[in-house]
Amino acid sequence: MKQPPQKKDGPPVASSVAASERGVDRPVEKERKKDLPPPRMQFDDESRVDKAKRRSLLNQPEARNRVELFRHLPPHKNGSQLPYLESKFFELHEMHPSVYKVGLQYLTGDTSGGNARCIAMLQAFQEAIRDYSTPPEKTLNRDLTSKIGGFVSFLIECRPLSMSMGNAIRFLKSRIARLPLTLSESEAKAALCSDIDRFINEKIVLADKVILRHAATKIRDGDVLLTYGSSCVVEMILLYAHEIGKQFRVVVVDSRPMLEGQKQLRRLVAKGLSCTYTQLNAISYVMHEVTRVFLGASSIFSNGTVYSRVGTASVAMVAHAFHVPVLVCCEAYKFHERVQLDSICFNELGDPDAVSKVPGREDVNYLDNLTDKQKENLQLLNLKYDATPSDYISVIVTDYGMIPPTSVPVIVREYRKEYLLI
Amino acid sequence: MPDTQALVNDFLNKLKKRKIEGSQATAKQTAELLRSVISQTRVPYTNQAAALIQSVKAVGEGLIAANPVELAVGNVVRRVLHIIREEDLSLTTAAMAGLNLSAVSDDEDDVDGDNQPVLSAAAIAAASRSTLRPPSLQTLLEDVPDSAAVPHTSSSGGDSEGKSKSADKSSRSRKLKHDVIEAVNELIQDINTCHEQIAEQAVEHIHQNEVILTLGSSRTVLEFLCAAKEKKRSFRVFVAEGAPRYQGHLLAKELVTRGLQTTLITDSAIFAMISRVNMVIVGAHAVMANGGVIAPVGLNMVALAAQKHAVPFVVLAGSHKLCPLYPHHPEVLLNELRSPSELLDFGEFSDCLDFGSGIGAPLLHVVNPTFDYVPPKLVSLFITDTGGHNPSYIAEIYQLFVMSLRGEDMKFKSEIMKTNCIAGGNLVKS
Repeated sequence: MKQPPQKKDGPPVASSVAASERGVDRPVEKERKKDLPPPRMQFDDESRVDKAKRRSLLNQPEARNRVELFRHLPPHKNGSQLPYLESKFFELHEMHPSVYKVGLQYLTGDTSGGNARCIAMLQAFQEAIRDYSTPPEKTLNRDLTSKIGGFVSFLIECRPLSMSMGNAIRFLKSRIARLPLTLSESEAKAALCSDIDRFINEKIVLADKVILRHAATKIRDGDVLLTYGSSCVVEMILLYAHEIGKQFRVVVVDSRPMLEGQKQLRRLVAKGLSCTYTQLNAISYVMHEVTRVFLGASSIFSNGTVYSRVGTASVAMVAHAFHVPVLVCCEAYKFHERVQLDSICFNELGDPDAVSKVPGREDVNYLDNLTDKQKENLQLLNLKYDATPSDYISVIVTDYGMIPPTSVPVIVREYRKEYLLI
Repeated sequence: MPDTQALVNDFLNKLKKRKIEGSQATAKQTAELLRSVISQTRVPYTNQAAALIQSVKAVGEGLIAANPVELAVGNVVRRVLHIIREEDLSLTTAAMAGLNLSAVSDDEDDVDGDNQPVLSAAAIAAASRSTLRPPSLQTLLEDVPDSAAVPHTSSSGGDSEGKSKSADKSSRSRKLKHDVIEAVNELIQDINTCHEQIAEQAVEHIHQNEVILTLGSSRTVLEFLCAAKEKKRSFRVFVAEGAPRYQGHLLAKELVTRGLQTTLITDSAIFAMISRVNMVIVGAHAVMANGGVIAPVGLNMVALAAQKHAVPFVVLAGSHKLCPLYPHHPEVLLNELRSPSELLDFGEFSDCLDFGSGIGAPLLHVVNPTFDYVPPKLVSLFITDTGGHNPSYIAEIYQLFVMSLRGEDMKFKSEIMKTNCIAGGNLVKS
């Protein structure tokens, strides 16, 4: 049971779950084939897109002026449907309300960041599992798995899954599949809920504490630390190091259109850290004084490529050019066995209008009032993620210790089975 | 004189308040101002060149001090001084040639003929011929005074030539100014047409189905791309917006108006997209003597990304942007910091700007530089109005130019920057 295929069909997933339930005597070949990540939904294939549209809850807006290179990715869903969706809150039949709520939070961007989204999703699933009751003539395993599959499809429609969420879903489905058939329904549900709690606790909360300890050893007095965007782990590291009394300065680098660094800046200054704020373009200017760069990640692939907020690759590249060490802080549950060479094969598209509008600066809104002829030649591209090559990374700080980027596939291979078996 | 003084003051104010946008406009206005200064300067019969040079230098010092980061001003002043010296030289040699001198042997290079108050015509001819050759190392090292002064002293001392000489002198004085002004007009013309001349070379560099990346907005780049479009090359352009001035939005609007397929991206997506780009074409603020480029902020990042992906990085620069100075610490000394309000809203962050309790210094600093320095090894090609050049060739051009300049023209006092006069010297306080 790998990441739910984005083709959004429930039954085949359930059947493959059932198959591997009997799975001890499955031939090794099939196991290895199932280990490959499934192909993604191909958004440039007309027939599949139509099929998906018919099943979806959200009305997909017609995307105008899509950038050719990214036609294989789903267009961005903007929050304009929010009132319509909120009104449907009490008409849900298939969907559990907490999952619906989480989906809407993703859609509007209220919940963002790999850990936050994963935790929100798992807690919503916990509630859904508690309220679940097996319909007659169905087994808990198969039915619950298909229900989870339905929830996941809805969440994907709101916003494509992050890697952390994908791994968590895989974990949950494997736990469901491995439930002994002898358990009663309430026992099974309790077991699942406690498994989810354990996952969150061990893989995220405790892992973060271990990362803090490791990373704080790399901060010396007098350092100038650079951070990009808003990563919860890096923020925790900086606050922790400040608490234990290290003297350092922080440079917060921010970029459009999300400007996430401003929120982090506010939190850091509130705790008394001395900060410098700048935008990504000025990175060559500030890099002269920086001694270490701390970056967060959404995921790390098996070839050592770091998949993280767009712009991270530029920061790592400039740091490398100035011989500044780059430390990526990432919990191990976010590692993935995919490989990726560039940022185009797999990415997420954001709201194109966020590129053309600059909030708060009326003097630079040059792109208001375009004529139709102008609009048809202009495309707007808002990428959310990018892939940083492994040669720019000095070390990855995980809960398994500080590893070089080349050790990521080792962790994936050795420790992936471990959490599936807890 | 009074009205030129008013003009000069007006221009100085504009420079100080950074009212003039763009090096082309600055260069043109500087040249025009110097032209008026030259035409208004009253020159004596003797040593006209020296008088002109004096007045131009005086004005030039002030202009450069008003905006030290705008290097085009210094470039134009230097070129005008060069013009004055050249015109004077060519006039002298023409006059000497007209005096029917017999050739005498003069193969020594030394030009300290000014030790002799009265010079024979032969010596004068010899002196002028030797100044036409590029200055030898000996003269440069010994810092020999202006050899162009030799004919003057001779003409002032040599009354033996008689009436014809004095008639020559007066016509020469008028002619010098006239020639100089003509040459300055040519310079202004060159500055005006630099875009066209660069754009003419567009077809050689852009083929069909290309993808071009640029950042911010430069008029040179706009004309370059449109010229290629005129010649029916089809290509796509990725424009990075260039926060926090967002000039990329302007350029994108211009390009789509002229029918080019344009995609506007954020600066953070440059590394992601550059692997699919064929060429990066950007404008520059100034080109330094080593081939390094002072460019709008963010271009160093683009140049590094282009180098990593083996994408050619092409810089378009008019010849008024070529500066014979060597950049020392260009990020700090040749940079300007702009208002932090472009990055952060003051209202939202006013609480963070309070002074910290223990240290008594603000906890939050905001850095907003205007320019970036791109080292010459990251630039693949310079396209100027004289053609395409390697960065190392730019350095070579400077050697030739520097050799032909007099030592005292090279450095203006205000260009030797002291670090404490630029606020941007403090990147972050501790």
